[in-house]
Amino acid sequence: MTTPILSITNLYKNYGATEVLKEINVAIEPGEFLVLVGPSGCGKSTLLNCIAGLEAITSGGINIDGRGMVGVSPKDRDIAMVFQSYALYPTMTVAKNVTFGMKVRGIDAATQQSKLDEVAKLLQIEPLLNRKPGQLSGGQRQRVAMGRALVRDPKLFLFDEPLSNLDAKLRVEMRTQIKKLHHTLNASIVYVTHDQIEAMTLATKIVVMKDGIIQQIGTPDEIYNNPANMFVASFMGSPSMNIIPAKAKANGSGVKVIIERAEGEPLKLRDANGISGIANGEEREIMIGLRPENITNPTAQASADVQVANCKVDVVEPTGSDTFVTTHLGGKEITARMNADTRVRPGESMNFAFDLSKASYFVPDTGERLN
Amino acid sequence: MTDATYIDQQANPHRFKNALLRAGLYAMLVLFALYYLMPLFVMVVTSLKSLDEIRTGSLLGLPREIDVSAWGTAWSGACTGIQCEGLQPYFWNSVLIAVPAVFISTVLGAFNGYVISQWRFKGSNIIFALMLFGCFVPFQVVILPMAILLGKMGIAGSITGLIFVHVIYGLGFTTLFFRNYYISIPVELVKAALIDGAGFFRIFWSVFLPLSAPIVVVTVIWQFTQIWNDFLFGVSFSQAGTQPITVALNNIVNSTTGVKEYNVDMAAAIIAALPTLLVYVVAGKYFIRGLTAGSVKG
Repeated sequence: MTTPILSITNLYKNYGATEVLKEINVAIEPGEFLVLVGPSGCGKSTLLNCIAGLEAITSGGINIDGRGMVGVSPKDRDIAMVFQSYALYPTMTVAKNVTFGMKVRGIDAATQQSKLDEVAKLLQIEPLLNRKPGQLSGGQRQRVAMGRALVRDPKLFLFDEPLSNLDAKLRVEMRTQIKKLHHTLNASIVYVTHDQIEAMTLATKIVVMKDGIIQQIGTPDEIYNNPANMFVASFMGSPSMNIIPAKAKANGSGVKVIIERAEGEPLKLRDANGISGIANGEEREIMIGLRPENITNPTAQASADVQVANCKVDVVEPTGSDTFVTTHLGGKEITARMNADTRVRPGESMNFAFDLSKASYFVPDTGERLN
Repeated sequence: MTDATYIDQQANPHRFKNALLRAGLYAMLVLFALYYLMPLFVMVVTSLKSLDEIRTGSLLGLPREIDVSAWGTAWSGACTGIQCEGLQPYFWNSVLIAVPAVFISTVLGAFNGYVISQWRFKGSNIIFALMLFGCFVPFQVVILPMAILLGKMGIAGSITGLIFVHVIYGLGFTTLFFRNYYISIPVELVKAALIDGAGFFRIFWSVFLPLSAPIVVVTVIWQFTQIWNDFLFGVSFSQAGTQPITVALNNIVNSTTGVKEYNVDMAAAIIAALPTLLVYVVAGKYFIRGLTAGSVKG
């Protein structure tokens, strides 16, 4: 087994009496792209600052490439960081910004120049080298900030919400560029964001955090399809996962799921795969999590897991590629992702097809996953 | 009819009203400018008149004959008490006090501001509050303790002593200026520099000082004006030979016996005020720019 490029064990961080990070355990292999994601105030940026050595940790350990980092200053950690505000030195030209670190470390001028040329070419900032940061657009500043990190050629790159100051179009462009860079350089990256789409598109491994506690670690696929709890389920994905209170009754190999409705008969669905957390014959309250794409138009070639029910439509939102249709189930608003050509008006009823093969089930009070 | 004519007719009454308001505004400004320039005008014309003409002519009248001899007397011949060397030696005393005091207090203030705004430590806010408090301590309160301290340090009555006093007294202001300027600079800049491998002093020198030109100008003007114009510290902590120009000016004006030489007094007063005037003329526009620089992010 290779040494993990970064491993964090039992890390705690307190500000006075407030615990901001609790029992953090994460490890990544060389070449991995780790994304820390969570709502603001969840401690993800603090964790990144701890990895960088900009904040002291209270207890636990951080190893970078097998080397203990406690008491090691940021400059000796062999890392490079890109900041949300870019943090370019305002009085220096782009070239000086990029080479400042090398100059401080006493690297000879010829090496500085060749590294600068290399990175400038890679990021296409050659025409900007003699400008000051004040004369650059947001996207250009972003690229310079990345250039400053790249020339270091570090063991680990740290990105602190690097795209959140850019407009929507540029953000998508830069996202692609970061992904490309990750492939071409095979770099190890820790990336902080509050944007779950950024997390899904960039990461090879996602850490979802809330209130300083890791909720789940997994590949984007695991996080999206098998969320560990209701928080992860509702945080990741847009529109977010429908979470519906229901009653589950296990009999035989499958489970009967009953959802109350404001008007008409309760909706009765059957999950033939069963729910591992519910024993045969047991009946209990659950929360069923279904992504909008698992509630669709009924189609001819439906599998056994897909069941059709007629529901009343509250809101219709066409987005062009899809039409999102909202209804009510179990006292909750439910979003279904229908075909773009679905013609339905609010107040009318239509058939919804529920695909339970992708369903997640949660314990109502703890929010933990059942299946 | 074309649209343009229509708009023209519409705009006319407004334009007339605007022009009238503008004229009123300028008239007001000119009036105030004249009012404030009057004393300077009187000083300049009086300094260029002969004593006879001052006695017979009007205060506001232009000199019939320009006579610059008063300026020469003020510079090198007027008597301050028993000595009659003019302002010259005291002018240089003031330069010797003001230049190092401005330099040292500005450098220390920049450094303090950098530490307080960017390297928060336990109690940094309290220290800043205490330094701020120093700005509001009246001069009179410090005079006695300062005199004792200067005596103990062995620099009482010396130029060094006056430099020391002005540096200490100015530190509160210079720290405040730099702290408020640096507080608008995101802390991420320090973080980035730390990761780049720069240390505490390197970051100050390479990142923060180059950013500071506008606030340096503000601080230098402020400190220079304060120190050059200071009278109380100058008169309290100096002795014969180390007095600054303000004290000497007072002595020239007050200690003449016999005929009062108004032209010499006026010339001396202008000479004493000239350096601060010069600083404003040369660096005034940077002063305004620097005062507002904190609110405009670059």
